[in-house]
Amino acid sequence: MLLVVLEHDRGEMAEGAREALTFARPLAARLGVELHAALIGSGDSDLVAEAGRHGVATVHVVRHEILSDYGPEAVGSALAELIDEVDPAAVLACATDRGNETMAYAAACLDLPLVTNCVDVAPGDPWEITRMQWGGSLLENVGLVSDRPLLTCGLHVVASEPGDHVEAAVEEFEPDLDESLARSIVRDRVVLTQGVTLPTAQVVCGGGRGVGSAEGFAILDELAAELGGVVGCSRAVTNLGWRPHKDQVGQTGTRIAPEVYIASGISGAIQHWVGAMSSKHILAINTDRDANIVAKADWAVIADLHEVIPAITTEIRHRHPSPNPNPNPNQGA
Amino acid sequence: MRILVCIKRVPAPGARINVTPDGLAVDSTQLGFATSPHEECALEGAVQLVEQHGGEVTALTVGPEEAEEQLRYAASVGAHAGVLIPTDGSAWDPQRTAKVIIEAVRILEAEGGRFDLVMFGNESADSGGSQVGVRVAHALGRPAVNGVKGIDIDHESVTLRREIDGGFEVYQLPQPAVIGVKEGLNLPRYPTMKGRLASKKIELRHVALDAEPGGQTLVKLHRPPEVVSNTVILGEGPESAAAVVDILEELGVL
Repeated sequence: MLLVVLEHDRGEMAEGAREALTFARPLAARLGVELHAALIGSGDSDLVAEAGRHGVATVHVVRHEILSDYGPEAVGSALAELIDEVDPAAVLACATDRGNETMAYAAACLDLPLVTNCVDVAPGDPWEITRMQWGGSLLENVGLVSDRPLLTCGLHVVASEPGDHVEAAVEEFEPDLDESLARSIVRDRVVLTQGVTLPTAQVVCGGGRGVGSAEGFAILDELAAELGGVVGCSRAVTNLGWRPHKDQVGQTGTRIAPEVYIASGISGAIQHWVGAMSSKHILAINTDRDANIVAKADWAVIADLHEVIPAITTEIRHRHPSPNPNPNPNQGA
Repeated sequence: MRILVCIKRVPAPGARINVTPDGLAVDSTQLGFATSPHEECALEGAVQLVEQHGGEVTALTVGPEEAEEQLRYAASVGAHAGVLIPTDGSAWDPQRTAKVIIEAVRILEAEGGRFDLVMFGNESADSGGSQVGVRVAHALGRPAVNGVKGIDIDHESVTLRREIDGGFEVYQLPQPAVIGVKEGLNLPRYPTMKGRLASKKIELRHVALDAEPGGQTLVKLHRPPEVVSNTVILGEGPESAAAVVDILEELGVL
């Protein structure tokens, strides 16, 4: 079997889990094995059903009293024990914070190599893998020699799609976890923003150094509000202290995948581009026709963002006078 | 507090990266080098903790002789000691790197006492394997959390914040612990003139260690195909707003 880690947060499936399943299906076919999934710390029937819709034949439900919430050591150790128990041909997760961390723990427990951020995987002897370096601005061909390849697929390398629907079987597994691993379970959560956020927004209005100041972002905030989207920014902007780091799009910030990315006053330096390149459409607003982002955009307006953005906001308000009731038509589709 | 910060010398982020003809390395002839960004924040975080709570920061790197430059930079912004585990400059896989760091921690702790915190960047800017810190933590029997953007020390434990969609998670680990830091924890300071001068005099220690390569072998580096779009220019002024809104309507986001 090919075993996929079903990342979830207290029973809510992560988009990364769907991407991992989408990435895994052709790999399982190539290996000629069934697709199985590891559901650690939950036995939620909705999750099992959704795994079935992604073509998972068997879900291994891994439960233990200390797995009440996510914890890297507990979840990683539980995964390592499951791997020993079910003997998969390979194991795959998505390269999210949790996915990479869980797999790193499992790899450490099993003393096996782990190849992260893969974009292409060909089984063989050795396995021939292409993975991302520099957030995706450089690719690395890797030869992997391992009895049991452990892999993570790069975030947004594939867009998630359901597979051939099967009724997933459930196999229960209780790992023998040391109580001390409870030390790194999540203790608390603090919610700062309700609603649409940078990793999930369908519209991102990004601003770069060209915005000119922290106050200059007000026009982007207004436009984002009209579009039911959020504001993002470049690394230059966070380094200048104009926006908080959580707004940064790029290699050291967030990797976004919106329906449309409106990049204003952003040159499109490589570390920004790798965070934005999974956007389905890109509209650049820049005074410099030769800016990198203009060459990579679907559409561009060659003008001063301080004039164009308020004009766009005004035009939207003119055509759609009432607040937009459904800003994210693709969500939940 | 005793804190060990593991840093990596990488080509300065943002530069166009070319590959050597054999495909086995980044062509560094035209490049400046820097400390990988997440690790620069880990170092700043460690220096701030020691400023608040007292103690000592040691910077450690696995890399070529030239990585002394990054250790001296670390000293110029507040590290008290620097340790180089020399390599021939070739890229080491994550298992090999982790093994020599584990051994180095054991040696340094046997001599100078336990590190309350061992800090890493969440992932290096170049190879980005996202696993060395976790492997080191596991071998040392210490808890680790990655993606950390907030650190508070309280007596025998350390409280960590990790960004999640719309907020953050809180972890509380007993010390000694291992932390993988993300950029955004702080804005790293620039070295002062005094710091620069002091860093020139600091004695850097070399610890010769090596380990068997792991199962992952670099075959070839290459650049992905350039994205070239047939960009449609909608206009050159605010009058383009109507065309922009037409497109937003077509995309169904309005």
